[in-house]
Amino acid sequence: MKGLNERKGFDFDYCQRNALLQERGFPSPKATSTGTTIVGVIAKDCIVLGADTRATAGPIIADKNCRKLHLVSPNIWCAGAGTAADTEFVTSMISSNVELHSMYVNRKPRVATALTMLKQHLFRYQGHIGAYLVLGGYDCKGPHLFTIAAHGSSDKLPYVALGSGSLAAISVLETKYKSNLERHEAMELVREAIEAGIFNDLGSGSNCDLVVIDNEKATPYRGYSKPNERAKKEQNYKYERGTTAVLREDIHKFVTVETLDEMEVDV
Amino acid sequence: MSFLELTEPWGKPSRNIFFPTSNDVQQNAAPVISRTTQPIVTGASVIALKYADGVMIAADNLASYGSLARFFDVERLTKVGNNTIVGIGGDVSDYQHIQRTLEDLEIKENNYGDGYALQPSHIHEYLSRVFYARRNKMDPYWNQAIVAGVDGDEKEPFVAFADLRGNTYTAPAIATGFAIHLALPMLRKVTDDDRWKTLSKERARAAIDDCIRVLYYRDGRSLNKFSVATITAGGVDFQTNQSVSSEWAFAEKQYGYGTQEV
Repeated sequence: MKGLNERKGFDFDYCQRNALLQERGFPSPKATSTGTTIVGVIAKDCIVLGADTRATAGPIIADKNCRKLHLVSPNIWCAGAGTAADTEFVTSMISSNVELHSMYVNRKPRVATALTMLKQHLFRYQGHIGAYLVLGGYDCKGPHLFTIAAHGSSDKLPYVALGSGSLAAISVLETKYKSNLERHEAMELVREAIEAGIFNDLGSGSNCDLVVIDNEKATPYRGYSKPNERAKKEQNYKYERGTTAVLREDIHKFVTVETLDEMEVDV
Repeated sequence: MSFLELTEPWGKPSRNIFFPTSNDVQQNAAPVISRTTQPIVTGASVIALKYADGVMIAADNLASYGSLARFFDVERLTKVGNNTIVGIGGDVSDYQHIQRTLEDLEIKENNYGDGYALQPSHIHEYLSRVFYARRNKMDPYWNQAIVAGVDGDEKEPFVAFADLRGNTYTAPAIATGFAIHLALPMLRKVTDDDRWKTLSKERARAAIDDCIRVLYYRDGRSLNKFSVATITAGGVDFQTNQSVSSEWAFAEKQYGYGTQEV
């Protein structure tokens, strides 16, 4: 009966004390978020997820080329927007649990399983785990695409976009999406949607990563599109050998190298 | 009242005006200054872009009262002379006042009879000064405006933005309100890198229609009834009562929001 009395979820005992401290001029530190464009599209016989690769900490770009497409299982992938640590850990945790569950029931994992695990976890934390996810995969019942919000709600749709660049991306999807897209058409559509976010949203940038999942396998494309590559340096800044004059050379050997026979181990 | 009380104030200024007590001060306090602190009846987005022969500007015909779709026949594009259209989003009462101000401006300019006509760059400069002056008095016209037209003797395509704070900028594609996030990425795709110079009228109109459609899909305060004006060297072509096709049954085969199967 241990589970019934276990205290799960966050401990809100300090809320009143924190509110008082905030009044007195000692606010709590703010969590940092990614600022992102993530997109998912269901095509004729596959599902395509896309993401940009910029991670921000306020106005600073913390990572110019991070990975926002996470593996939940070989046939289920998840793109994450919101607080970077939250999306990383919650995805990783559910991935482990899905793997265990899949081995226990001896079946390929279902997208609805990952969905339910994620949303029940996020709901229990009442939105304080800031994970906004695009979950997509191909299971025995076909392709499925979901969005999950931090408070624990989900939507089931044929095309979705999330993150600060979602409006730029969704305008591309609303204009160009049609049902039964071919694989390459869906990949191009996702690329265009992510690039709309990369160029028009300050929270998104750098490259576009893609993953295409069909009923056989998932193919990740890290850096499918790189529209922001750094230009080649125009001049050569290397110093020639001899720029610094060598006045004196002293060599001291501190390491002795011995070659011995193979170590004998008692079994 | 005694006889003395009646005679005592004779010839002296009324005490409570010249020597107000704290009670009187509250009653005769300075007149209430009213300023616009929030928009009430509002218009939504306006979009505009340059193309090869001129400019195109569009706005829907809705005036919302908060979340109520209140008026369906509001014309948010105003013609100023034969070469300028001003499209305005935001508070409608302030918009109507601006309309009157611009009309007065045109009348005054006409009266000179010197053969000169106000150009869109002049209208834009005037409007942005008005906005900034009101902003400095902390009593803004709560609007975002786009001035579009063909400018000067060269009839150069001109499109510029001015808002309630006095912010201004000019670019080949401009939008206000929600359209900044939803429509501008698409408009920029067809106008960036001088591409607008070879953009045909049909493709420009197609871009506008696509933007109105996306706004109708994703802006909760929009309407599928809009006006679009095309301004070229030949004049203004005003089209009202336009609408776009929309598809809402795209997810008929999906059920629920999670594990629901039927």
